[in-house]
Amino acid sequence: MSAFIRVVEASKRFGPRGGPGAVALDRVSLELGSGEVAVVIGPSGSGKSTLLRAINRLEELDSGRIWVGDDEVTARRADLRRIREEAGMVFQAFNLFAHLTVLENVSLAPRLVRGLGRAEAREAAEALLKRVGLADKLGSYPRQLSGGQQQRAAIARALAMSPKALLFDEPTSALDPEMIKEVLDVMAGLAAEGMTMLVVSHEMGFARAVADRVVFMDGGRIVEEGSPEQVFDGPREERTREFLAHVL
Amino acid sequence: MSDSGERGAAGRARRGEGAGAVPWWLVALLLLGLWALAAFLASPGYRVILRAVASGLGVTLRVSLVAYAASLALGLGLGLLRSSRLRACREAATFYIELVRGLPMLVILYYIAFVGAPALAAALNALLKPLIASGAIGAVEARSFDFATRAVLALTLGYAAFIAEIFRAGIESVDRGQIEAARALGLSEGQLMRRVVLPQALRNVLPALANEFVAIVKDSSLVSALGVQDITQLGKVYSASTFRFFETYNVVAFFYLCLTVSLSLLVRALERRLKRGLAR
Ligand SMILES: Nc1ncnc2c1ncn2[C@@H]1O[C@H](COP(=O)(O)OP(=O)(O)O)[C@@H](O)[C@H]1O
Ligand SMILES: [Mg+2]
Repeated sequence: MSAFIRVVEASKRFGPRGGPGAVALDRVSLELGSGEVAVVIGPSGSGKSTLLRAINRLEELDSGRIWVGDDEVTARRADLRRIREEAGMVFQAFNLFAHLTVLENVSLAPRLVRGLGRAEAREAAEALLKRVGLADKLGSYPRQLSGGQQQRAAIARALAMSPKALLFDEPTSALDPEMIKEVLDVMAGLAAEGMTMLVVSHEMGFARAVADRVVFMDGGRIVEEGSPEQVFDGPREERTREFLAHVL
Repeated sequence: MSDSGERGAAGRARRGEGAGAVPWWLVALLLLGLWALAAFLASPGYRVILRAVASGLGVTLRVSLVAYAASLALGLGLGLLRSSRLRACREAATFYIELVRGLPMLVILYYIAFVGAPALAAALNALLKPLIASGAIGAVEARSFDFATRAVLALTLGYAAFIAEIFRAGIESVDRGQIEAARALGLSEGQLMRRVVLPQALRNVLPALANEFVAIVKDSSLVSALGVQDITQLGKVYSASTFRFFETYNVVAFFYLCLTVSLSLLVRALERRLKRGLAR
């Protein structure tokens, strides 16, 4: 089966063109099959966010190519709307729309981008919010919710576009410990239903239980990848060992 | 955030400015206003002045309202250009804003009245040349723009620059993360501006925008320099013919203060409501 997300030799450097700047991605190649779940780990500044953002074209690459499904994300004339419908994004800081209720947060994009009618979008949003355990929070504003509830609403918002893949950028890093589980449970549920997921997270328990693959990045490169057992229990690279010793 | 809020509230309470404390400045202003009103009504001389000056109230309000509405629209456009992703748009908007903000409002007023209006008439004539030549319409003359119109145009052009900066600050105050989220959901740049950025930006700058209305009410007095019959002009004319400067300008000041202080109080109430709304 061919890969659903395909990253080939992606490179990206921030800072003045031609100057030294910060290397965010250095010839990163990655393939993710349909229904596969990969967890990306690595120290801060290793390029994890940049990789995710490039897949959604929130960030432009300097070189390299990325495909999501049949669409080339990096094509000059790529259909951004279509790309973003294929792969949804969940952010560390939730990024819910502060002036809209939870229900409106979830139904806004389906109405504006997919052209759903008000009632239709509302019905779909209600069903999704029920699924993430927020059926009683439809009319609440983001600031009235706990972090865990906000992140679950953000997941529902991403799901509302019926994406074929979801990109999670440290979805539980901003959460109090007691709220991490409720978010990871929702994510594990999605994985079980066959969602293709690329997750930046240092939740080792989640990675062991849910991930098909763990990818370790450092300095803008993929240093090592393999099954959770391979990477966590028998890392081949010294840098991976050091990092894991640091995190675990 | 809540921490600094508490400290702020504690500081205010210590200085006797908490929610329950009496705002003495307001009491003093109200007393002054009541005393003035009583004095005005008790004296036949004052009543005449009151009536003479009050007939300019309509002009003052109309000039202020029309100029404010127009400068909101123009200011929003400039503010959007100012925060555009296109460099040329940003530069053009900044050029206009800095140019206008560097001029005294009175100079803008004279400039528009005596240079801008004739130039506009000439431009219109050039544009409509075929129509005028065929006799369908007469030539436009600078005189056909009355001075009230020129004054409104000048205030609009001047205030649009200030209001543009307010809108820009509001647009910049919106959380970048939400903009990214909107993009990631596939919203177009226009949709994300209309549905995500502007509603929140507007909310953040509502008090500042309302304050601009107070400012424009005060600056509307500048139109008296063009002879437009607003409160100030009527006061000027009346006092010059009667030499009752003291009484006349008391009345003029009274009218402006009634307008501006009540508006400022409304703005404060609005600000408090918005703050409470956000903290909810
Ligand atoms: N918008 C940006 N401007 C400048 N440098 C950036 C920007 N985003 C990321 N970087 C740099 O790129 C590198 C990779 O960042 P990032 O992808 O955010 O890493 P991670 O998510 O693994 O912490 C870092 O050195 C970071 O400082
Ligand atoms: Mg990151």
